[in-house]
Amino acid sequence: MAKPMHDTPMLDQLESGPWPSFVTGLKRLANDNDMMVDLMGQLETSYETRKGYWKGGTVGVIGYGGGVIPRFTELKDENDKALYPEAAEFHTLRIMPPPGMHYDTNTIRKFCDIWEEHGSGLIAFHGQSGDIMFQGCTTDKVQPAFDELNEMGFDMGGAGPAVRTGMSCVGAARCEQSCFDEGRTMRTLVNNALDDLHRPALPYKMKYKVSGCPNDCMNSIQRADFATIGTWRDDMKVDQVEVKNYVETRGRKYIIDNVITRCPTQALSLNDDDTLDVDNKNCVRCMHCINVMTKALSPGDDKGVSILIGGKRTLKIGDLMGTVIVPFHKLETDEDFEWLEELATEVLDFFAENALEHERTGEMIERIGLTNFLEGIGIEIDPNMIERPRMNPYVRTDDWDEEAAKWNERQAAQ
Amino acid sequence: MAEAPRMPDETGVPEMDAYLHPVLKKNYGDWKWHDRPRPGVLHHVANSGDEIWTVRAGTQRQMDVYTIRKLMDIADEFAEGYVRFTIRSNIEYMVSEESKVQPLIDKLNAEGFPIGGTGNSVSMISHTQGWLHCDIPGTDASGAVKALMDELYDEFTKEEMPNRVRITTSCCQINCGGQGDIAINIQHTKPPKIDHDQVANVCERPSVVARCPVAAIRPAVVNGKPSLEVDEKKCICCGACFPPCPPMQINDPEHSKFAIWVGGKNSNARSKPTFHKLVAAGVPNNPPRWPEVSDVVKKILAAYKEDAKDWERIGEWAERIGWPRFFEKTGLPFTKYHIDNWRGGRANLNASAHIRF
Repeated sequence: MAKPMHDTPMLDQLESGPWPSFVTGLKRLANDNDMMVDLMGQLETSYETRKGYWKGGTVGVIGYGGGVIPRFTELKDENDKALYPEAAEFHTLRIMPPPGMHYDTNTIRKFCDIWEEHGSGLIAFHGQSGDIMFQGCTTDKVQPAFDELNEMGFDMGGAGPAVRTGMSCVGAARCEQSCFDEGRTMRTLVNNALDDLHRPALPYKMKYKVSGCPNDCMNSIQRADFATIGTWRDDMKVDQVEVKNYVETRGRKYIIDNVITRCPTQALSLNDDDTLDVDNKNCVRCMHCINVMTKALSPGDDKGVSILIGGKRTLKIGDLMGTVIVPFHKLETDEDFEWLEELATEVLDFFAENALEHERTGEMIERIGLTNFLEGIGIEIDPNMIERPRMNPYVRTDDWDEEAAKWNERQAAQ
Repeated sequence: MAEAPRMPDETGVPEMDAYLHPVLKKNYGDWKWHDRPRPGVLHHVANSGDEIWTVRAGTQRQMDVYTIRKLMDIADEFAEGYVRFTIRSNIEYMVSEESKVQPLIDKLNAEGFPIGGTGNSVSMISHTQGWLHCDIPGTDASGAVKALMDELYDEFTKEEMPNRVRITTSCCQINCGGQGDIAINIQHTKPPKIDHDQVANVCERPSVVARCPVAAIRPAVVNGKPSLEVDEKKCICCGACFPPCPPMQINDPEHSKFAIWVGGKNSNARSKPTFHKLVAAGVPNNPPRWPEVSDVVKKILAAYKEDAKDWERIGEWAERIGWPRFFEKTGLPFTKYHIDNWRGGRANLNASAHIRF
């Protein structure tokens, strides 16, 4: 203990300024933690040379194939000896939080005690994947640290080509815009796929994100292979007395400029008596007017979810957003949740069997086409899945009549 | 015989009930409306008549146990023993009495935690791991974010932007930080330098070849050893080959720069979700405070704050005033690199007579 601190003139400059400083936190840990002394030494070196010095490896816990992010230093002298030996191993444990990232203080205090005993004392709430990241642990301490966290009722998160840790918004716990039980949904999706989460064997990652309304606070359309977003299919609820109050307090011009004319489908109109007229058939559930007039407007009563598949960021073929594959489905009863579980299983199985190595669902759909994907998972086509019909004539329409008959049959059955 | 090892309890995502503030648990799925009494404070009212006030504070995300315990002490003493975290690493304290809000705010401020990040503010930057823990970083994350949030502190604690501003940073082009109103991402400018002695030992060559978006990598024998070579004319310097093959050194202390992107939007409110667009590149990777990055970000924010209408996000503002005016108002140079030439890129060209004069 009490290894002397390295000089860190560059990091020191990040102690000043009004925003909370992680460097001050690292230093406090380094007072009685040699691993953090050397971690700061390596980090300062990175700041000087503008290079990273970690490499991966294979570290895990018994029974699982993933969830630990192994880090070994590459900053070594000519004899292959680590320059900062106490931080030569600096692994991270990814642990899944409860949906909505709620905690009581005792739980977090226990996390701190465990991580002070077995790790560096550095914890991130939370990583971009939604995990609690217990950062900085030697190989031999990974197992005892995990065992204690696991005894508390927490489980390892995903890493590598696997189902990843899910995310859900605060939702029903504290938001009137919530359209379903986000927490139950997130647990249904992730806990249904724990084998593929803990034992990475998929072509690439599979992410589930759950947002309670189209504000999509979990960024699911852009970041999730499987996005579940709340919506409703009856009329939006309008409290006309509150609408009038808004007009009176904010002014008619404000309401016209910021609510009426901002509606993307011109579905709103302010009546002469300052009540609101809503063309619900043309409302696309964008949430804007509800966001502005939180007291007057709210989602309808016939709530459910839309499901979009295939969102991801850049590599390899470029950014992709999710595509609607389920415009609406109720998500209330046990049967509804069983339906969701079955759909998610179909999607996961199809992905596992048909995606190329390192290909995400969005890229797979781009390669094989949406209709092939839908056929594979047993979902009927729907015009809500498209932005507009095909614009190019390069298509064979041999069995047009049969396809049209299918559509007419489905319409007649409704 | 050795003792059998402990096998994990494969419990998955825990139920939230045990961790939920009692008022949230009681009114689960039954909230009526909310407002924001002041920046950093949310006030939710349930159909039951119950009310809850949420105080949101910024954190440094990478937290030492002392800081975390301090936050928990505050939760026990000034709040009601329950907290949650937002997607942007802000901590939220829930209290069931309005009278507790101000003392809680005062205590958090006294301990150095800013109150804000709600509504039309600049919230905490969502960021990645960088030099602290990533194996492929071109820069640091925590440091760049700390430096920038120092500069944007007032925009976090006030709600003075036209609409919310969500900033992200990413230490490579994989962009783990995600889409943002403003995204600050490393952009490599030189092809990888290959350590040919290592490739055969470390890399599965066919999968590295397959990883390249422009098919610029091919197997080769160099100095008698199996290795890889890069067609440098084709290479777009994306760094995709580096994670599966670390000898393809893409990070370059001098030539890896920052690029700034604007107009990413996750929400469906008003317009459909959008991806962010490149507006600046060649910004130096200059630790420990990355002042050149702050300059560009502040320029964009100042122009947006001055010119956008209420509720317009940065991307919506730019689309309304047109990109020529965006470059004019921000003073950023427009270059040939802004013109998309990736597949499908012509969709991003102006195929109309819509021109503003």
